[in-house]
Order: sequence, then C-alpha cells, then structure tokens
Amino acid sequence: MSDVFILGVDMIKFGRFPDTPVPKIGAQAALMALEDAGLGIGDMEALYCGNLGQAGAMVGQRVLAEIGQTGIPVVNCANACATGATAFREGWMAIKAGIYDVVLAVGVEQMGKGLLGGGGGRKGIPTEGLLGSGTMPTVFAEAGMEHTRNYGTTFEQFAKVSVKNHHHSTMNPKAMYQIETPLETVMNAEMISYPNTKLMCSVNVDGSAAAVLVSERKLKEIGSNRAVKVRASVMTSDPYQERNLTMPDVNTCTQRAAAKAYEMAGVGPEDIDLVELHDCFATAEILHYGNLGLGKPEDAGRMIDEGETALGGRIPVNVSGGLLSKGHPLGATGIANIYEVSTHLRGEAGQRQVEGAKLGLTHVIGLGSACGIHILEKA
Amino acid sequence: MPEASETAALLPVVPFLKIPENGDPYLEGYKCGECGAVFLGERDVCSSCSTQGKLAGQPLSNHGELYVYSIVHRSFPGIEVPYVSAIVDLEGGGTVKGNLINIEPDPEKITMGMPIEVVYQTAPRKDAEGNEYLTYYFQPRS
Repeated sequence: MSDVFILGVDMIKFGRFPDTPVPKIGAQAALMALEDAGLGIGDMEALYCGNLGQAGAMVGQRVLAEIGQTGIPVVNCANACATGATAFREGWMAIKAGIYDVVLAVGVEQMGKGLLGGGGGRKGIPTEGLLGSGTMPTVFAEAGMEHTRNYGTTFEQFAKVSVKNHHHSTMNPKAMYQIETPLETVMNAEMISYPNTKLMCSVNVDGSAAAVLVSERKLKEIGSNRAVKVRASVMTSDPYQERNLTMPDVNTCTQRAAAKAYEMAGVGPEDIDLVELHDCFATAEILHYGNLGLGKPEDAGRMIDEGETALGGRIPVNVSGGLLSKGHPLGATGIANIYEVSTHLRGEAGQRQVEGAKLGLTHVIGLGSACGIHILEKA
Repeated sequence: MPEASETAALLPVVPFLKIPENGDPYLEGYKCGECGAVFLGERDVCSSCSTQGKLAGQPLSNHGELYVYSIVHRSFPGIEVPYVSAIVDLEGGGTVKGNLINIEPDPEKITMGMPIEVVYQTAPRKDAEGNEYLTYYFQPRS
C-alpha cells in the first residue's frame, strides 16, 4: 500500500463571519491548500468535506460550486468535533487503498455564540437544570473532576492550561485571539461550570482548513521538499463503560487510538516533538496528557505546573493556542491541527516554532464519542 | 415524598422513573443476565456483551455515592443557577445523572464519594402543554 503525504495544507485565520455562506468559508481554505500544493481543483480526484452544522446540505458539492465543478466524487462527513479528522482520514484511506493519487480534504464550520449541548428533547419536560446539566462546559467539568477524584488535580492546575494556550496564541496570527491571560484572570473569569471558567472554554469561531493528500507515486512525479508524511491515521469509538449513559467517556477511546497510532507509526510517545490535542475545555487537556502517553495520568498536574507542555518544554502541547484561544470551528478543527503540526515539521511556524520538530501528533474527540489521531513526519 | 395518590397523576420526568399505582416511585434499570451490565430504561440488547433477550427490569437502589459533580453557574435562559450537576453510582449497579440538592453549591462542601440518597418530588416546571411531572433528585445521606 502506498504511503500517503500531505502536499499542501492551510487554514484561514479563525474569526466570526456570520454573513459569509459556509461553502464560501470552506472554499477559502480549499484554494489556499491547493495553492500551497501548487495544484488546482482540476487536479483533484475526490473531495472529502467535513461540516457539522449543515451536515444534510451537501457542503462539499457547494464548495466545488464556488471553486470548480469538476464532477469528482464528493463525500460529506459529520462526526461531531472529529468531523475534520474524519474527512481527512477518508481521503487518506482512499489513497492508501490505491483508488486515487491526489485528493482534497476540507473542514469548515460556522458557529453561533453561546453554550453548546444541554439536556432534553423537544417533547416533554426540558431536563436541563432539573436532571443535572448537559452543557458541554459541564460535561467536561465532570470529566475533569474525575481526574481530580483520582489524582487530586486542582482548579488552579486546570486553569494553567488556559494560561499556557492563550500565551501560545499570542505567537499565532491565525488564532482568533492573541491575548495574554494571567492565572488570576483565568481563575477570576466568570465561572461557567466549576471548575471551568469562561476563559477555560474553547472559543466558538467560524473557520476552515484544508489539505491536499497525495500518493508516494504522485509525490515523486510532482516533487516537493515540503511534503509531510502521514505515519499513522486512526479512529476509534468509545467502548462500553458502566457510566456511559450519564458520562461520555473521552478517555478510553483516546487511549486506544493512541496505542494503535503509535503501533502503526512504529514510534512511542517519547519520539513525538509536539502535540495538538483536543483542549475543548481546559479540563480536557489535562486528561489527554495521560491518555496520549505524554506522561503518567497522575503526573498531569505536575506537568502543567512545571511547564513541560509549554513551548520550550519537554513536550509542547497546543502551541497554536489550541481550541481555547485559536478557536474551535467544529468541522475545521481536525484539519487545522494537521496544518499546525505540518507547519512545524516544515520549519515554517515562525515565533512559535518547535525547534527541530520531526514528528508530531494531532488528536480530536467528537463527543459521543469519536477519537481521531494522526502522526505526521517531515518527509 | 408526595403521597402515592398524588404521584399517580404525575408524568415521569424520564421513562426509567417508574410510578406504580400503589407504591413508591423508583428508578428502573435493565440488567444483563449474561454480563451483569446495568442500563437505564428498557432495552433488548446489551451494548456491553451484545447478548440479546437476557435483559430484565429491576428497581435500582435509592442509595449510592457521589462519583463526580460540577457546579453550574451558567445555563440556558430561565434556568435558575447555581446548581450542582451530579453523577451518582447507585448501590448494586446503575449510574444516574441529576441535580444534587440540600447542599451548598461550594466545592469546599461537596465531597466526591459522599453517600447520597435518591428522593422524588414534583418537578418545579411543567411541559409546554401544562402537564406536571415527578422528578428525582440526589441529596446527601447521613
């Protein structure tokens, strides 16, 4: 089976574009990735499009209607916050299987403002606030409190994640925000769902990201010294857990996906130079240090205390600013993190460059649950 | 707890809250006869071991312990805050989410692992058609 390479990849600066149609937002990143690859839409053999908000509305075809209706097959993907990674992986699989030599993956999302999630359907009595809370900040607060219960992780340690990632985003011009948020600012921000304050929740933004994937044969034909090799592409769903019905499990599916990804790549967590993981809430990042094998689960609090996961630390995590500050356009996130890691592997990350980065890992979680992990290497 | 004659007129807040005509309300679990997994509400297939047709309904315990919680300070418009959203492991199996009441919404006052009991009350809100509901809450158990 052919190795698969990223020939072109890019993202738009995340922001709020309430008046721009979703396909136009997606088309921007698609054109940028094509330009980065030195190819045109006419060269693409298939399009894999990730979008959640308009999952039933043929967003991929409408992206093509913006940039070139070439008649290629289009697959529209929806997989909660793993949507972008799913679209990317579908493209990876098609090349791996030998069906195509060059495909485009696009992730795009237009978000509203405010709380996501919440309990109760349209029929009967609304249960939010009656049977606990189903808001995303609460669900991930409860997941974080499990880490507190098991390992004594503190509110302050969770808050430090947000301080770190906001600091990183000051060096990323494509992030939604470039604002330093000191610890006291994070901890004293409006409490949403203890222990997550407002600054410990990811930012709802609009955005898009795209990647051009090619086979080894195609890469040799075209030639590029900026290609990035996909060493592993893995997805899992959550296996049965006794608390599944009331408490989505984001841990087991991540642990399993990580184990498979390291095996597929033939590397271990100690070989990874940087990680973009799914910090949808500050509490979540702490869980995934252990889940991804970056350290022991019980050491996660110490790792954030000692700056091990900050730029310049042992294993920099979310140097893009993460979902907490770069922003989290659901369908775009799983390709935007691939853009970030690729940019470091190419040595083009500027001020936030992880020096000498050779191997990087991206991780997303779609609640309900879908986990997607990619390991990328400078080709 | 409301009298049985009063609860009979109420609708259950969730399908797995059972309101017998003569007797106390209870939460119902479905337990797999093969692997022992406990689910909330009726089902035919076990998602833990995939066995079919071996699940049977049984009342869940009204005693359990607090597994984890969050204190919700911002919710949707019209919902009174703060409140404690809690996940409780019941004795003998079954994990349920609900509001933890009769405790200060303060992390200093709430201990994970603390004993909890399930209590049943008329819900403080109605549905769009004006129907009244019986709901369950958790409260600290001494």
